[in-house]
Amino acid sequence: MPKNIDLEKMRHGTALLKRGFAKMQKGGVVMDVTDASQAKIAEEAGAVAVMALERVPADIRSQGGVARMADPTKIIEIIETVSIPVMAKARIGHFVEAQILESLGVDMIDESEVLTPADPHYHIDKTMFKVPFVCGARNLGEALRRVHEGAAMIRTKGEAGTGDVIEAVRHQHAIMGAIRSLKGKTKQEMFTVAREIQAPYELVVEVAELQRLPVVNFAAGGIATPADAALMMQLGSDGVFVGSGIFKSKKPEFMAKAIVEAVTHYDDPGTLARVSKGIGDPMSGINVADIPVEKQLQNRGW
Amino acid sequence: MQFALHLTMDTLRVGVIGLQGDVFEHISALRRAFEDLGIKGEAVWVRRPPDLERIEGLVLPGGESTTISKLLSTFGLRDILKEMAGGGAPILGTCAGCVLLAREGDALVYKTRTELLALMDMSVDRNAFGPQRESFEANVDIEGLGSYPGVFIRAPLIKRVWGDCKAIGTFHGKMVLARQKNLLAASFHPELTDDTRFYRMFLGMF
Repeated sequence: MPKNIDLEKMRHGTALLKRGFAKMQKGGVVMDVTDASQAKIAEEAGAVAVMALERVPADIRSQGGVARMADPTKIIEIIETVSIPVMAKARIGHFVEAQILESLGVDMIDESEVLTPADPHYHIDKTMFKVPFVCGARNLGEALRRVHEGAAMIRTKGEAGTGDVIEAVRHQHAIMGAIRSLKGKTKQEMFTVAREIQAPYELVVEVAELQRLPVVNFAAGGIATPADAALMMQLGSDGVFVGSGIFKSKKPEFMAKAIVEAVTHYDDPGTLARVSKGIGDPMSGINVADIPVEKQLQNRGW
Repeated sequence: MQFALHLTMDTLRVGVIGLQGDVFEHISALRRAFEDLGIKGEAVWVRRPPDLERIEGLVLPGGESTTISKLLSTFGLRDILKEMAGGGAPILGTCAGCVLLAREGDALVYKTRTELLALMDMSVDRNAFGPQRESFEANVDIEGLGSYPGVFIRAPLIKRVWGDCKAIGTFHGKMVLARQKNLLAASFHPELTDDTRFYRMFLGMF
């Protein structure tokens, strides 16, 4: 912070700044990293931000146990290594983990179903923070509940740690389809929609007019290849989060760079073919259909 | 400001480098400014060299400067962009775009080996205010416009200008807007406000 600036005249933590931060991430790839050397690889490959965490979702899934916010030492090490924004995950409802992450200086907090939920009733009141939040959603109602709580960015939940893109696709279709179906609805009809999807009426009206979410919408949860990333972009995502897909692949440097380029030229099959060549084996993955519903991470949160 | 030329000519085509960042917001802001000025204009999403055909000026959007810089090289836009700047095409860079236009960066820029376009005689500190929680809104003073709503998101600061490059916008004595002939660099985000005066000023450079 430069000295001798009149702090009184500066407004921090406004919705415009939080949503604006998310807008700067558009067309980009946010990569999960567990240490400084991975963060460096992600930055070199052209990631727009890194998500600092203790274990990637695939390991959380296989090792089990309670998954919590990452150790601050690790987060600081990553912040000090890269120049791009650093995000980190807090448990659903765990506002103290969020307070700690804000004080560490992370640029965005992911209130994430990938970690073990901390509150059986409530999500974090995100309006209480200066740092912006991203939250997962499976459908329009869930997305708008999170926006109402102050989320500055939404991502599809998908099914993290699987390398199977089907759930991210399902959630993206659900959100985009619900938005399209609002077109031409009367006020009375929208009152009913708001009640049915358990979302604030004002946000339903706003989405109907904008024909998109009022905040940036990324895809996440199962993206493992450049083609997966481009698929989500063609389905209307503003960008992608790649979790286990990079550092669980055989050649992370190549995979990371290929996914970055695929997101920029998501609608150009020639470029997608070129970047898909020689990227090595993607993560082997698990079919979501083989995971019992009670073991699926996407059903955490409400 | 002179618009007489374009009032009688074909549509003014302005490109927005659309590799990463808030591209759509710049396209919307350009459209609002065209409308306010009553000129026929088109804002074009530019991702490849052929998209630059008949483009008369450009915007380098906000986003991540490391990412945009890499993609400019990968997709062959870097040299053409520099040629256009040399040929006198008006170019606006905001936030990340401001960093990329600079001739010199700070330690962060060099640490990440970000290749700058080096088109403007200024040195820029990347992310000069700290993490996102320090991002802020505040009014800035712009020559010819007066007070303007500045939206600073992990913003850079212009530390030094020399040669033909002049600071034309300040916030509490700090340089946040600079102009060098046909080039304009803002450390804040005029595209995120509804106030079209900034874009009208940029279109006045055509």
